Amino acid sequence: MWTLIQIELFKIFRRPRTYIAFAAITALIGIIQFGLKLDGESYVEFMMRDINSSITVEGKILNGYQVCYIVLQVLLVHVPLLIALVAADMVSGEANMGTLRLMLTKPISRTRFLLAKFMATVAYTLLLLVWLAVMALFVNMLIFGTDDLFLMKSQYVVLLKENDIFWRYVWAFGFAALAMTTVASLGFLFSLFAENSIGPIVATMSVIIFFTILSTLNIPVFNAIKPFLFTTHMIGWKEFFDIRVNDANEAIVGSIQNPDRILRSAIVLVVHIIGFVTAAIWVFRKKDILS
Amino acid sequence: MQPIVTVTGLTKQFSNLIAVQHLSFSVYEGDVYGFLGQNGAGKSTTIRMLLSLISPGSGKIEIFGRDLQHHRNEILAQVGAVIEKPDVYKYLSAYENLKLFARLSGIRATETRLMEQLEQVGLASRARDTVKTFSQGMKQRLGIAIALVHDPKLIILDEPTNGLDPQGIADIRNLILHLSRDLKKTVIVSSHLLSEIEQVATRVLIIDKGKKIVEGNALELFDPSQTLVALQTLNQVDALQKMQNSSWAGNLQQQRDTAILLKLDRNRIPQFHRDLVAMDIELISLEVRHSLEDYFLQVTSGNQHVDTYTD
Repeated sequence: MWTLIQIELFKIFRRPRTYIAFAAITALIGIIQFGLKLDGESYVEFMMRDINSSITVEGKILNGYQVCYIVLQVLLVHVPLLIALVAADMVSGEANMGTLRLMLTKPISRTRFLLAKFMATVAYTLLLLVWLAVMALFVNMLIFGTDDLFLMKSQYVVLLKENDIFWRYVWAFGFAALAMTTVASLGFLFSLFAENSIGPIVATMSVIIFFTILSTLNIPVFNAIKPFLFTTHMIGWKEFFDIRVNDANEAIVGSIQNPDRILRSAIVLVVHIIGFVTAAIWVFRKKDILS
Repeated sequence: MQPIVTVTGLTKQFSNLIAVQHLSFSVYEGDVYGFLGQNGAGKSTTIRMLLSLISPGSGKIEIFGRDLQHHRNEILAQVGAVIEKPDVYKYLSAYENLKLFARLSGIRATETRLMEQLEQVGLASRARDTVKTFSQGMKQRLGIAIALVHDPKLIILDEPTNGLDPQGIADIRNLILHLSRDLKKTVIVSSHLLSEIEQVATRVLIIDKGKKIVEGNALELFDPSQTLVALQTLNQVDALQKMQNSSWAGNLQQQRDTAILLKLDRNRIPQFHRDLVAMDIELISLEVRHSLEDYFLQVTSGNQHVDTYTD
C-alpha cells in the first residue's frame, strides 16, 4: 500500500498542474500582504469606523494574526477549486491519458488502487493547507508582527490575547484540512464517472456552490436539511476564535465557546468523507474500464 | 498439454449491444495465438475481460489453471499487456515510466535491469527524455517494455501495430516471433489485419459479432494446397471461357468480384502461369491470396471491405 501511495504522490508532484494551486495561493496571499503593508492603516480605519466612538483598542490591530484571519476568510472559499483541480483529476485524468487501463492490468486490487489514490489526494490537500498556513500565518507574523487579535463578528467583537491565539490557528488549519478533504473526496468520487477532468471539477464546484447557497438561504423549508449539508460545516474553523466569558464578562483564556458545535461539524464532515470514499470504491470495483 | 488460458461461454452485453456471445477457446503454452476479427467484432472486449478490466456478463476465464475472478492478482502478476494505444505518463521519462510500472508489477528492478529492458526495445538512448517527445512507434515500444518488465509468462497484445509505420509493424512482428521462439513466451495477439496474424500466429481464432467463427492451427487454416489465386486479364469473359475448357476448370471458384478466382496448390502456380500463356490469355495481374483471407471475408462481416483486405 505504501508503495502505491508513493507512486501516486510521485505522479501528483511531477505534474505541472499540481503547482497551480501552490502558485495561486502564493500570489493571492502576496497581493493581500502587499496591499495591507502599503495601505493597512486605511483598511483598519475603515474596519473600525462604526465602533471607534464606543471602543478604544490599544496596540497594533493590523498584526500577523489579523492578516491571517483576513486571508483565511477570503481564501478558504476559493481553495476548494484548487483542491478539485487535482482531486477530480485523479481517476478521470488517468482515463483520459489511457493509463488507467494499463495500471489496472497490474496485480493490484482495485480497492487498494483507489485507496492509495485517495490517500495521495489527502496528502496533497494537507500539503496545500500547510503551504497556506506557512504563507498566511508564519509569513504574516514575520511581516506584520504579533499582537492581540481583534475580531468583529456580526453581533459582537472578540479580543483574543496574543498568547491565546496561535493554538487556535493550529486547530483552525486542522479543521480547514478536514473540510478540504471532504471537498477532495467529493471531487474524487466524481472523477470516476468521466474520462476528462473538466466535468468532475465543474460538478464538484457546482455541488459546493449549490449546497452553500442552500446553507446560507434563510428559508424555513431548507432549515431541516442544512445540518446535514457538508457546506454548512466547512466554515467551522471560525468557531475556534469564539471564546467563553466569565460572570464579569471577561474572556476566559484557552476557552472555546461552542466545542460541541465544532465536534458536530467535524463528525458531519468525516461521515461525508467516509460516504464519498465508500461510494467511490463501490462504483470502481464494478466499473468496466472502457477508456 | 494443459491450456494456459481457457475461456468458456464468455458473454458480455453493453445496454442493447451484445459484444461477446458464448465465446469459448483455449490457448496453450508456447502458442502465438492470433485473435482475428473485424473492427467491433469483440476482440478488445474479450481481451479486456482476460485482463479483468471488464467483468464478464457470464462465462468463465481460467488462466494458468486458476479462476480469474478469484485469483486476479496472482494471475496478473504473470501477465504482461499492451492494450490498443500504448498510453503512458507523458510528463515522465521512459525510464521513470518503466520503473513505476515495474514497481506496480511487484518488482524492484535495478537501473541496469531497466536500462537493459529499454535497450531491448531500442529506447536506451532516449531513456531520460519525457514521453511527450516520443513518436507513436516509440511509445508502442515503451509499452512493450512495460509489458515485459516483470518477465511475464503470458503476453497479451491488443492491436499492437495500430498507428505504426511499416518499419514499426515489422519490428513488432519480429518482437512477437522473438518472444515466442527465443524466450518461449505464450502470446495472444489481436488484429483486424489477417496479414499480420498469418505471419506470426501458430493458432488462430476468428470472431465476428462477438461469436467464434473458427479456431484452429494456423498451418491448417493457412493450407497452401488451398491457395486462392486472382486473375485480371484484358478480356475476362474470353479468359474465363478458355479456362472452363481447360484442365483448370475444376479449380475455378465462384466469381464474386472483377477478378477470376481459382483455388489451387501453391506449387502448381508456375505451371498455371505457363498454361495461361499457352492459352493466349492476355494477363494483367496474377495475385496470390490465402484461402484463409477469402474465408475470413466470407465468414465475417467484411465483404463490403474487400478492397481493404486484398490490397
